[in-house]
Amino acid sequence: MFEITLNLFGRQIYIPESIVNVYIVVILLLILAAIANRKVKEADPNEKPSGFLNVIEMAVETVENLVKQTMGEKQAWFGPFIFALMAFLLVANLFGLLGFTPPTSDYSVTLTLALVTFTLTQFYGVKNNGIGGYLKGFLEPLPFLLPLNVLGELANPISLSFRLFGNILSGVIIMSLIYNALGFIAPIITPPLHAYFDLFSGVLQTFIFSMLTMIFIGGNFDD
Amino acid sequence: MLQGITSEAFILGCSAIGAGLAMIAGIGPGIGQGNAAGQGAAAVGRQPEAQGDITRTMLLGQAVAETTGIYGLVIAIILLFVRPLLTAYLNLGL
Repeated sequence: MFEITLNLFGRQIYIPESIVNVYIVVILLLILAAIANRKVKEADPNEKPSGFLNVIEMAVETVENLVKQTMGEKQAWFGPFIFALMAFLLVANLFGLLGFTPPTSDYSVTLTLALVTFTLTQFYGVKNNGIGGYLKGFLEPLPFLLPLNVLGELANPISLSFRLFGNILSGVIIMSLIYNALGFIAPIITPPLHAYFDLFSGVLQTFIFSMLTMIFIGGNFDD
Repeated sequence: MLQGITSEAFILGCSAIGAGLAMIAGIGPGIGQGNAAGQGAAAVGRQPEAQGDITRTMLLGQAVAETTGIYGLVIAIILLFVRPLLTAYLNLGL
């Protein structure tokens, strides 16, 4: 819906709709976080949590338990990062339901998210094993498998980003093809397809992306 | 060149055929995911109390199995919408 063309130092910079939508999603989440923060501060600990606060508590607890289960008890401090990732991906994937272009249908967004995971994985690989142990890990189980191990490590962010991108973009393309083919009777037929391509696919890909992030990063911790 | 067909149209048509052929990659993930789902159903039948764990593992495995299909899809999308072959032909300046 919104495209921006900036004129900077005599150069035209084109910002596509999906990137503008990233900022809309981030602003929405910031507003939600501010509201949740105020509600938590005002809440009376002696009373039962009500409505909105209850939902937030449930979501935080679910994600924390998932992190503990996947990465181990001691890595529970990854909870906020995983929660932020999940919240962003969920809102971004479900943005298509409102008629916007989902931000995750742009490869630059998914590649950025995958590179965050990749950087964290390598960082904790070096931090927990030492630089020697980290480099030695590439020579296992046999030294001549080094190129394969390096390629396998580099393939992770590529497959991670393309999986999310491909799933969401294919949904967008199929939906737009159907809307163009059916014309004015489209609204009768498309709701179940929206339920599959936007709702089911979006929620599933959110879960899978954060799950794989947890497994990649958690693989560097001993317990 | 073929009579009555411009080179650009020929390249676009061949790109469309290539995109269709690239989607043959969808066969493998289909078989793999079906297999995983079947095994998952059998596992739930054997051990209904572990349904949550089984479902999670199954979905994760299916997502990884899907990767090759997604690669095919990405190639098809690039051929159809980015049209690298047409750009390369126009850059030749024949």
